[in-house]
Amino acid sequence: MCLAIPARIVTIEEHRMSSVDIMGVSRKVSLDLVPEAVVGDFVLVHAGFALQVIDEETATETLDLLKTLPFFAEDEGLVAEGA
Amino acid sequence: MDLSAYRDPEIARGLIEAIRAADPGRQVKIMEVCGTHTVSIAKNGLRGVMPDWITLLSGPGCPVCVTANHDIDSAIAIAQLPDVTLTTFGDMMKVPGSYSSLSREKGEGRDVRIVYSPLDALALAEKDPSRQVVFVAVGFETTAPLIAAAILRAQEAGITNFSVFCAHKTVPAALGALVNDPEVQVDAFILPGHVSTIIGMEPYRFLAEEYHVPGVIAGFEPVDMLQAIWMIVEQLKDGRAEIEIAYRRGVEPHGNEHAREMVDRVFEPIDADWRGIGVIPQTGLGIREEFSAYDATTRFDLEIPEPKEIKGCQCGDVLRGIVLPFECRLFGKGCTPEHPIGPCMVSSEGSCAAYYRYTDYGKAEAS
Repeated sequence: MCLAIPARIVTIEEHRMSSVDIMGVSRKVSLDLVPEAVVGDFVLVHAGFALQVIDEETATETLDLLKTLPFFAEDEGLVAEGA
Repeated sequence: MDLSAYRDPEIARGLIEAIRAADPGRQVKIMEVCGTHTVSIAKNGLRGVMPDWITLLSGPGCPVCVTANHDIDSAIAIAQLPDVTLTTFGDMMKVPGSYSSLSREKGEGRDVRIVYSPLDALALAEKDPSRQVVFVAVGFETTAPLIAAAILRAQEAGITNFSVFCAHKTVPAALGALVNDPEVQVDAFILPGHVSTIIGMEPYRFLAEEYHVPGVIAGFEPVDMLQAIWMIVEQLKDGRAEIEIAYRRGVEPHGNEHAREMVDRVFEPIDADWRGIGVIPQTGLGIREEFSAYDATTRFDLEIPEPKEIKGCQCGDVLRGIVLPFECRLFGKGCTPEHPIGPCMVSSEGSCAAYYRYTDYGKAEAS
């Protein structure tokens, strides 16, 4: 029910309606809840509304952080175990 | 946006190892309270990769499932009124009320339609002024701002044949009710990602500070979920209780203040009846007096029959995590996704439906 998917804002029209690109599919989405959103931003879309502008930099930082977990130092061992 | 890294088996393996290494030396029960998490855990087989000291429970995170019979009966009563087009998200259609379901009403000729967005319901109202278009709003904080926005837009555009039947609920106080329930045993919460996109982390703080129960806000990909579980077990191992965010790309610590302002403008907190839990004070959203023209309960004179509970269905106990889906006598026998008896099997996000679909429940998790 609370599913939301990332989409990129392509155009912004009147009443803060926008065309967004969701993995190649175009959809109309309201930007009523994200007054700060501009063309090119990634937003989380839920039931026809953008809920939040996605912070891409933070997304990358999280992944970089996870890759520093000590267990990644033993990558080879893990791969062997999984094979 | 490329999310593949959040499904990367390498990163997942690293996190699973990290979780195993954080063994606090006791059994821990971790509950998620979001239907999308329920499905993600089941679909990605996360229970199967947990060490034996972790039990993952599903709580009252499926909005359709926690909707009380009285509210479903009310939606059905509205659908039965003349000149009404009832609109709803698809999940609500098959949910049995006391005597019928919206799906059955549609079969009998009532105008019941599934919409993707409350704005679609508003567009229907604009297109045909001879119909009263009612949107059945069931959901949590994620969806509430959309309903508020649709009502504000209706007011702005002067659309008068649109109204909302609101059975919306808010999550944090329900978690408090669970923690206070002597039958429920929860050591930590995986907190809902998109509810938190709106409300941020502050409303959960009491769980950590008053009850010493940790909570981590999680995203929905396997790596997101594993990261949250890892952060939780690290807290449990260290004896800490904090509210943390694992899903930083989708959640700001303060949430979406603008969306909350819109919700506060249109709604006020009211007491809400949760299936399985009962009435929890101030966890419902009522439409404010100022917007009563858009409130279906004031617009229509409704006669609601006395609600009747479903015989043998243990949905209420499943929603509190005290009974696992396959422990219910009806599970997989009388009650299947094709012929659901209780809401937890009807909704694709219900714990029973997720277990039925993805788990080898005959053997698994009989601990």
